[in-house]
Amino acid sequence: MSQLSLSVDIAGLRLRNPTMNAAGVLGISAPLLKRVYEGGAGAVVTKSLGPEPRSGHLNPTMVIVEGGVLNAMGLPNPGAEYFVSAIKALRAEGIPVIASFFGASIDDFRDVAELLSEAGADALEVNVSCPNVQEELGMLGADCLNTEKVTAAVKEVSKPPVFVKLSPNVTDIAEIAKAAELGGADAITAVNTLKGMAIDADFRRPILTNVTGGLSGPALKSVALRCVWDVAKAVEVPVIGCGGITNWRDAVEFMLAGASAVEVGTAIRERGFGVYEEITTGIEGYLEANGFGSVKGIVGLAQEAI
Amino acid sequence: MMRTAVITRVLRMAPDMVTLYFEDEECSKASPGQYAMIWIPGGEEIPMSLSTINPGGESSLTVRDVGEATKTLCDMKEGDKVGIRGPFGIGYTITGDSPLLVAGGTGVASLAPLAEAFVERGVKPTFILGAKTESDLAFRDRLENLLGDSVVLATDDGSCGFEGFSSQCAEKLMDERSFDAVYTCGPELMMVAVFDEAESRGIPVQASLERYIKCAHGLCGSCAIGPYRVCMDGPVFDSEKLREVREDFGSRKMDPTGKIVGVDH
Repeated sequence: MSQLSLSVDIAGLRLRNPTMNAAGVLGISAPLLKRVYEGGAGAVVTKSLGPEPRSGHLNPTMVIVEGGVLNAMGLPNPGAEYFVSAIKALRAEGIPVIASFFGASIDDFRDVAELLSEAGADALEVNVSCPNVQEELGMLGADCLNTEKVTAAVKEVSKPPVFVKLSPNVTDIAEIAKAAELGGADAITAVNTLKGMAIDADFRRPILTNVTGGLSGPALKSVALRCVWDVAKAVEVPVIGCGGITNWRDAVEFMLAGASAVEVGTAIRERGFGVYEEITTGIEGYLEANGFGSVKGIVGLAQEAI
Repeated sequence: MMRTAVITRVLRMAPDMVTLYFEDEECSKASPGQYAMIWIPGGEEIPMSLSTINPGGESSLTVRDVGEATKTLCDMKEGDKVGIRGPFGIGYTITGDSPLLVAGGTGVASLAPLAEAFVERGVKPTFILGAKTESDLAFRDRLENLLGDSVVLATDDGSCGFEGFSSQCAEKLMDERSFDAVYTCGPELMMVAVFDEAESRGIPVQASLERYIKCAHGLCGSCAIGPYRVCMDGPVFDSEKLREVREDFGSRKMDPTGKIVGVDH
């Protein structure tokens, strides 16, 4: 029997395996997040929580497009304070919880971070990259200075590691990642959804109420993989890969590009909650077949190939 | 993908209720209890049960005017178009030789195709068709032509048939006759009463639940009830799942922000 280990350490956060749900997917309810964990995830990520409750956008908020899913939920959430009890309930069951959050200003980010840190979240994931709320909240992650300032403000008040989730909708994601690192980020999550839209030919109008939305699923994968590649090259801190990962092979590719762990969301639609166990088992088989003793052994290997 | 459905005819069921017929290949292959997401361009998109499922033929939606989107649908005419996604979700599992179907209000929409599916299999279910008042009894002719005197009418005001809620009528029928399966769709408080009554007699139940469905693909979580997503793990829940969510069923739901609020009807 080999001593193969699937556990990973991301900036001090130790997980039983390198998979988790992507923020926004199912994270509005503790029982659903528990089901994600039971489906095999190494940790769960909450819906992005804000300073106040938000209903999000009206339907249509999601539509299937070529190779993926386009959504503009609009950050519905009950408010960070309300969700504290859910975070505590999950942690009481031994489930590592990564609290995703957002704000409209640097002060908001700091206040919410402090609250979630005190709630006991195992890590914080700063969402500076939602493509669907620009008019109301802006996308602070679109420029280096704001990303650094937000990260630094969050770090000031946070006990657990801070992950900063970046957007692919920027000219140079490596520069933004460096800014987050400079601000003190303990890890970078790359990436959020890619901004897109759908127009209905019969009705001659955009389908989503928000007009534009974020593209996820297989159509996003090659873009996300390139983002992870660029970010991993640019920073020293660990990278968490996200975007279009559907199976273990995708996950391994993200790791070879430089990801220490992966977030999986849209694939739940077709693969169900068991997608996390499927991916973990597949990674295990890959490590074993290729003589690697741990996930860490393959992180960034493709970078060394060139 | 969003498809376009053209309304082929409109049937007025009650002063504030219509049935919109349309042709759509995918809906014509749906199972009873499944739903579609209906988009009113320029307005909202809402989940609606399929009230007619006719392989190779027309499908329908039955809409009561309860809000902006449903009002627009109620005002639609032949030739108008809506966007459509689906059918989605897990419908009813057809089981039992002497089933009882309990409909309250527009709940008849999802149970009428189920009654037809039973008859196709040579089983004649007992069907409680309940509503507030006689003029609200939808699909009465369709069901009476199908099931004859196995249709039991109930009205809250006693204007027709049994006087009282569908659930009270169901309790009375369960006292008088033996059923081996109970199906229910309608106001949640009615369904809980039916479920509890059937549970006490050991009769398996399938109930069609309603929550705030947004994505319909099991991704966003807005329709959660306990560990389940109404959009994909439901909308039809069997006794085992209903027991699991009994704390929420008839009592609690999430509002659009994800806060827990009470179920009031």
